[in-house]
This record gives sequence, C-alpha cells and structure tokens, in this order.
Amino acid sequence: MQNTAQATTGEKFAAGSNSISANRRTAGRALIIAASAGLVAMIIVQFLHVVGLSPVGFANWRPVLYAFVAWGVALGAGQVLANGERGERALFVLPAVLFTVAMVIFPTLFGLYIAFTDWNLSSFTGQRFNGFDNLVALFHDTSFWNALLNMVFYVLAVLVEYAIAFGLALLLNAEIRARKFFRVAFLLPFMLSPVAVSWMIGKSIMEYRFGPASVLARVLGWSSPSFFTSPWIARVSIEAMDAWVSIPFIMILLLAGLQALPKEVMEASRIDGANGWQQFWEMTFPLMLPVSVTAIILRIIFKLKLADIVINTTSGGPGGATDTVSSFIYREYRDRSNVGYGTMLAMFYLVLIIIFVTALLNLASRRIRRVT
Amino acid sequence: MTIVVPAETTAHNETAFRATVIISRVLTYGALLLWAFICLFPIYWTVTTSMKVAVDVTQGHLLPWGDFKPDWRGWRSLGLSPDTIFGTSTVRSEFLSRFGNSVVTSIGASTLAVIIGSLAAYGLSRFEYKFAWMRNKDISFFFLSQLILPPVVLALPFLVLYRELALLDTTVGLMLLYTLTVLPIVIWIMRDQFDTIPIELDEAALVDGLSVWGAFWHIILPIALPGMVAAYILSIVLCWNEYFFAALLTSSDAKTLPVMVASQTGSQGINWWSMAALSTTAIAPLAIIGIFLERYIVKGLTAGAVK
Repeated sequence: MQNTAQATTGEKFAAGSNSISANRRTAGRALIIAASAGLVAMIIVQFLHVVGLSPVGFANWRPVLYAFVAWGVALGAGQVLANGERGERALFVLPAVLFTVAMVIFPTLFGLYIAFTDWNLSSFTGQRFNGFDNLVALFHDTSFWNALLNMVFYVLAVLVEYAIAFGLALLLNAEIRARKFFRVAFLLPFMLSPVAVSWMIGKSIMEYRFGPASVLARVLGWSSPSFFTSPWIARVSIEAMDAWVSIPFIMILLLAGLQALPKEVMEASRIDGANGWQQFWEMTFPLMLPVSVTAIILRIIFKLKLADIVINTTSGGPGGATDTVSSFIYREYRDRSNVGYGTMLAMFYLVLIIIFVTALLNLASRRIRRVT
Repeated sequence: MTIVVPAETTAHNETAFRATVIISRVLTYGALLLWAFICLFPIYWTVTTSMKVAVDVTQGHLLPWGDFKPDWRGWRSLGLSPDTIFGTSTVRSEFLSRFGNSVVTSIGASTLAVIIGSLAAYGLSRFEYKFAWMRNKDISFFFLSQLILPPVVLALPFLVLYRELALLDTTVGLMLLYTLTVLPIVIWIMRDQFDTIPIELDEAALVDGLSVWGAFWHIILPIALPGMVAAYILSIVLCWNEYFFAALLTSSDAKTLPVMVASQTGSQGINWWSMAALSTTAIAPLAIIGIFLERYIVKGLTAGAVK
C-alpha cells in the first residue's frame, strides 16, 4: 500500500500541477466507484455462494480480503487523482483507518450477532438465533458475577501498585549511586512474558514443597505455605505476580514525572525548612497528580484485560476465587466451546468497561482541573 | 519518607545531622537493594534451575558451584546443550519453529504497526481532516479508544472470521491481530513525537519544492527516528509476550513461544529443569533488549504521558 501511494505521488509531481483538471478528477472518482462496485460485487457473489444460492464462488472468504486490500489501494489512488494535495494528505491516515475499521468494526458487529445466537462449536446443530436467552443466562450466571467481583479487587489493587511504584520512583529519583543498574533491574520484570512468569513465580518459586518462597514462609513460621488453595491468599498471590510484572510500568511514568518537576520550586521549598515528609505531601504529590492520574488510568485499562497469569497459574481456581472476566470467558470457550454465550459475556463486559472508563476519565479530568 | 536528605538546619547540631544522613542512606540503599533482589531473584532462579538436577531442586540449592554443580540438564532436554546441539532433536526443532514464529510475528506486526501508525500520527499532527463528522480529535480518539478493547471481545469473532478467511493458525493472521493491538500505542507515541518537531521545518521543505510526502520522508522522518525506535521496541515487547490471541487462534503451525511454554506448564509431570530452560529462552530476548535498549523503552512508555 505504501509503495503505491508513493508512486502515485511521484507521478503527480512529475506532472507538476496544483490545479486538477476536470478529466483527472473524473478519472479519480471513476476509479473509486469502479473499485467499490467490484468489492461489493465480489461480496455478493461470495455471499450467494456461501448461502447456497449460486454455484459460482470461492472456497473461502480469503479472496474477498484481497479485494478489500485492492479496494483500499484504489481508494488511495483515486483520492490523489481526484483531490490532488488534499488526497495526498488523506493518504497518511487512510491506511491506519482502513486497517482499524476492517479489524475492529467488522468483528465487533459480527460479535454482536454471535452474542445473540446459541452456538456451540462442539455440537452438531450449528448456530441458532436465540434472542436474549444469552443475556438472561448471563444474569443468572453466578460464576460470571464472581469474576466481575474479582475484577473489582484487582482494580482496587492498582492503588497499592501505585503506592509501591511511587516509592520506587522516589528512590530512583534520589541522589544514589549505580542509578542505571537499579533502573534497568527495576524495569526488567515488565519485559518478561506473563506466561513465563506464571511458571517462574507461580509454579516454581511459590510451589508449596520446594519453592523458595514456601521455604522462606516456613522459616518465618507459616507451617503449610500453600499460595493457591485458600481463596483470599490465592487472589493476593495472583495480584502479587501481576503487580511484579506491571509496577515497573507505573514506576517509569512516575519517574519521568518526577524528573520533569521544576527544580527551583523543589529547592525553594527545601530552603523554607520543610522536611522530607512535608515536602512530599505539600509539593511533590500535588504536582505529580496529573501524571499519577494518567498512570493509574492506563494501568487500570491494562488491568481490565488481565488473563494470562490467571489462566496459566490457577485457571481461575480455587473455586473461581482468582478468575478474571477474561480468563472466565477463555475457559467458557476452551472447555465448553460455547462461542455464542462467551461472546455475549465479552460484549457485556465491553459495555461495562466503556461505562467505567468513561466515568473514570470524566472524574479524572474534573479532579485535575480542580487541583491545578 | 527518607528519600530527601534534609538540608542543613541550624537548629540541629552536626552529629545529629550526620546520623540522620547515614540512617537515610542506609534505608534508601536497603530499599533499593531489596527491590532489586525481588526483581532479579525470579530471573536468577529460573536460569539456575535450568542447570539443576532433581536433588538440587528439592534441597533448595541456590548457588552454582557453591552448593550444586551446574549441569546442562534442562538445555539437554531441549536439545540445546553443547553436547546435543549438533545431534537431531525433535524437541529442538519444535522449539525452534515456535521461536521462529514468535520472532516473525512480533517483528512483522511491529513493522506494520510502526509504518501505518507513523503515517497516521504524522497526518494527525500536521493536517486538518474531516471524515464525515469526524475531525482530528475524533479520529485520534477513535484510534486510542482501541486500547480499552479487551482481547476477549475480539477473540471469538476473530476465531470464526479467521476460519472463513482461512487465516486460522497462520502467522499472517496473528500478525494482523497484533498490529491492531499495538497500533494505538504506536500512534500515541508517534503523535507525541511529531508534535515536538516544529511545523516550520515542513513549511521550509515545501518552499524548497518538496511534496507533502517528500517533506515527510526526507526531513521529518529522520528527526522522528528515535521515537520510531521507541515505538518499535515497545511493540516488539508487547507482541512477543502476547498469549491470549495466540492461544485461541493457533493450534499447530503458527504456535508462538508463550503458547508452547503454557502448554508445558499444564502438564504436571514436566521436569523443573526443562521448564526453567524453556522459560529462560522465552524471557531471554526481551531481557537482553531491556538491558541494552532501556532508554528507548522508557522513552516509549513515557511519550505523551508526562507534559
């Protein structure tokens, strides 16, 4: 796509005209219309073939995908032909927009349709529209609500992660030796694959017989250190692992914030005789509020997707105590192949997330405005 | 807290002041070392466990050459130890194919995302758009809003969709999906990057007779390169570690390394040393990137968040 776009630009400038001739404009529009017609025709042909009304068609929808790509290229070329420089500017965002629309809008609409069907991949009956049955089932599904409740815990735990991360950022911002070493060491957990971490920490360090964490716990007087058998301990253990991976992310944001603080203001407050504690609460913390809010919101958004660690360490156990919504839906699909119901759960979750994040953003922007 | 060393206050006498300084030093370094230990120990544990035999694991030996004799145990089971590396090994060929898939998928997805993401970010930072009712702000929001979309929402529709498109269990299919997940982050970083480049540079280039694309390619892109590297590396990290989509959408051909690690953890009988070796290989590439390219990761993470 990029190459075509550039080739077209080259031609245009070889021609060296800024005003676009009527012919060119018509040619551009004709190109777009022809390409669109071709794409629509292809979709109709393939649709009729799949439904069984027409013998002509392809084995799968892949050719339609190619047609979509070709249509995108034609659309870009047509834009440049018809609109000249304005078209060239449009070429910058066009690839990303087309890509995202194709990859998000279509699957989401399709997902909405699936959500209202009774569709189990392992049964022979195939998909069947069942209206609001899935939604009704969702409201009676205690496991799902339990998972949602767990999400509340995981999201609240972000505040603890934030507090630790803030402490670490302050440490790194202090005048210390070997800062580079500490910074790299503190960042490393963020780079590691959560799946590997599930094994490294969840299944080996926290293993109840030989894991170093268990050995340490025994030394400290906990006679049977099992991190994943009682609900609350399991939940906290999962949270600890997730925190281990993601505290560096918050820490880096806060550290950048600390480094951007105006030096003179900080010095002035120090000369005023404020001690460390006072200086933190009266100067640093309020000044850091915008960065803090950004970091917390970003972290919550990522937290809402938490799944890998849960799936690989406890698979939601014991008794769903560590389940996140994502891991619950994952098992709904993996163990029961329940596509229709699983998608309904996911869509419902998406709606909740959108409401929650929007509310959060509103609250945050109001709060920041009040402080500054 | 003890981080800020109090300045000289005449009220305190010299010795008391020195004591506070020393105590705060000790506490600061104590905290730093404790957290460094928490960060590094799991990595150390995994790497050393890959060289332990069963007895060393059960007895909790920690120091190589100190209390246990390192052995290529875990690496042998992967066919990657010095004595097995030239022999044939089915585990190794499986591992290499998974590793290769991970490399291809994450590099491919990051490259695609950085290309189309940078273009979009440049456009959004420089020109006024109007698609139907959508202005620049709305288009940016449209891209960024993809960030909150949890993978589960897309996973099942994609499963069915990819089956129809014959993209299930293919590297290309996975690559497209990963591009989608990192695209908002790339656009976020790059828009921030382009916003810091003065628009006068573009104008000068246009006056010199370059086209819009020429100005972008010859003048702006070289300046924005560090930002692009940051976005690229962050994308690689996220794609390499991605598990959810890979677990649902691949079965044999396009399996990535995290899926392989996960499938091994599932089975109870697996040896610790093999798992440790496998985990080490899964984290090693990124740990190395983290050590040497830390600057870019920090740059990528903090883009746009700190103003």
